[in-house]
Amino acid sequence: MITALAIEDLCIDRGDRRLIEGFSLVLGAGEAATLSGRNGAGKTSLLRTIAGLIRPSAGRVVFTSASGPLEPDDAIARHAHLIGHQDGLKLSRRAGEEARFQAAWCGGTRGTADAACARLGLSGLLAMPVRRLSAGQRRRLALARLIAAPRSLWLLDEPLTPLDRDQRAAFGAVLTEHLAGGGLVLAAAHDPLPVEAREIELA
Amino acid sequence: MSGFSLILRREFALAFAGGGGPLVAIGFFLAMTSLLPLALGGSPERLAGVAPGFAWLVLALAALISLERMFERDYEDGSLDLIALGPAPLEMAAFAKALAQWATTTAPLALVAPFVVAALGGKTALWPIITAAGLTGGLAFAFLGGIGAALSLGSRRGGILIAVIVLPLFTPPVIFGAGAIEAFGAGLDWKTPLLFLAAYALAAAALSPFAMAAAARNALS
Repeated sequence: MITALAIEDLCIDRGDRRLIEGFSLVLGAGEAATLSGRNGAGKTSLLRTIAGLIRPSAGRVVFTSASGPLEPDDAIARHAHLIGHQDGLKLSRRAGEEARFQAAWCGGTRGTADAACARLGLSGLLAMPVRRLSAGQRRRLALARLIAAPRSLWLLDEPLTPLDRDQRAAFGAVLTEHLAGGGLVLAAAHDPLPVEAREIELA
Repeated sequence: MSGFSLILRREFALAFAGGGGPLVAIGFFLAMTSLLPLALGGSPERLAGVAPGFAWLVLALAALISLERMFERDYEDGSLDLIALGPAPLEMAAFAKALAQWATTTAPLALVAPFVVAALGGKTALWPIITAAGLTGGLAFAFLGGIGAALSLGSRRGGILIAVIVLPLFTPPVIFGAGAIEAFGAGLDWKTPLLFLAAYALAAAALSPFAMAAAARNALS
């Protein structure tokens, strides 16, 4: 379990352009932070760098557990979720199959996947092909793996965008619960998260 | 359930859900077969002579079908992120994907190939070697094809690019397979070329997952 995330002097280059210069952040257990900034400021790249998909040009990301620092690949593979702005769902498959695959891949079970879908109000949709779901329903299906496979660090890229007001509130309750349990949340968001969160503006 | 079997099962489900499984590749194989007499003329001796080599070549081409599905769709819809960050190594996921590609596309083609040869009037006695070469060579086609599929990620003209990357790599298995079929038909030593084909296929299966994973990581970064 990750108890702290420390980002030290991170620099990210995309092509010839320096996207992020000297970014530092410390996030502890039970804390949430939102990354804001204009389009193209590097929010998505920063989240993907923390997840290890992009190699930073300088600086480092340190994951710490109660028993000391964690090896980064292992920390991400076992203790973190990255939900990008694409939902990672196959249009031709049924919603339930996709939710169960995502949950199982992250270490959950069929039971936890179904419970997570019920929590997000998706129970009636599980037999439907994903292509028939709305954007908000697809996003909730992707978010279901956060609940189905408990992991301490959540890296979320615009998680709320397609959700309506009621669903945002419901997801707020999920976030509150996660933070109360000692989880960490780092989210790129233009709208404020429905929980108390530190605001970080990317220049 | 282990990560390997999760990916394998998902690949099978996807192949049979939207794409009709091996039917598209088999359809291509049969369509090419029906065009051959139109291109070469209906002379039975001529068709019978080229039938085994033709079947073997078209099998290699048909193995290219649905390679685009292997990584590109996961890349576009974001599930490649999920797979890359999962608890199982990306190399293992790539191995599972290529194995599924073999089982759902190239292996069924190998089972159809003897019928194609027979339909063109070729020797029916060749069927064991054609099936064996098809199954073994198909393994090489699927794994080498995976390298092309991963390397072409993110380019807009994936399909053709995959063929251009992969077809040169198909040269050794096509040579070994054709050699085995010809030697079998002539009553010569067919085991040596078949063993060469098997060695090439196993080397491809052992090494190409690393190339696929590296190419996929590069595309994701």
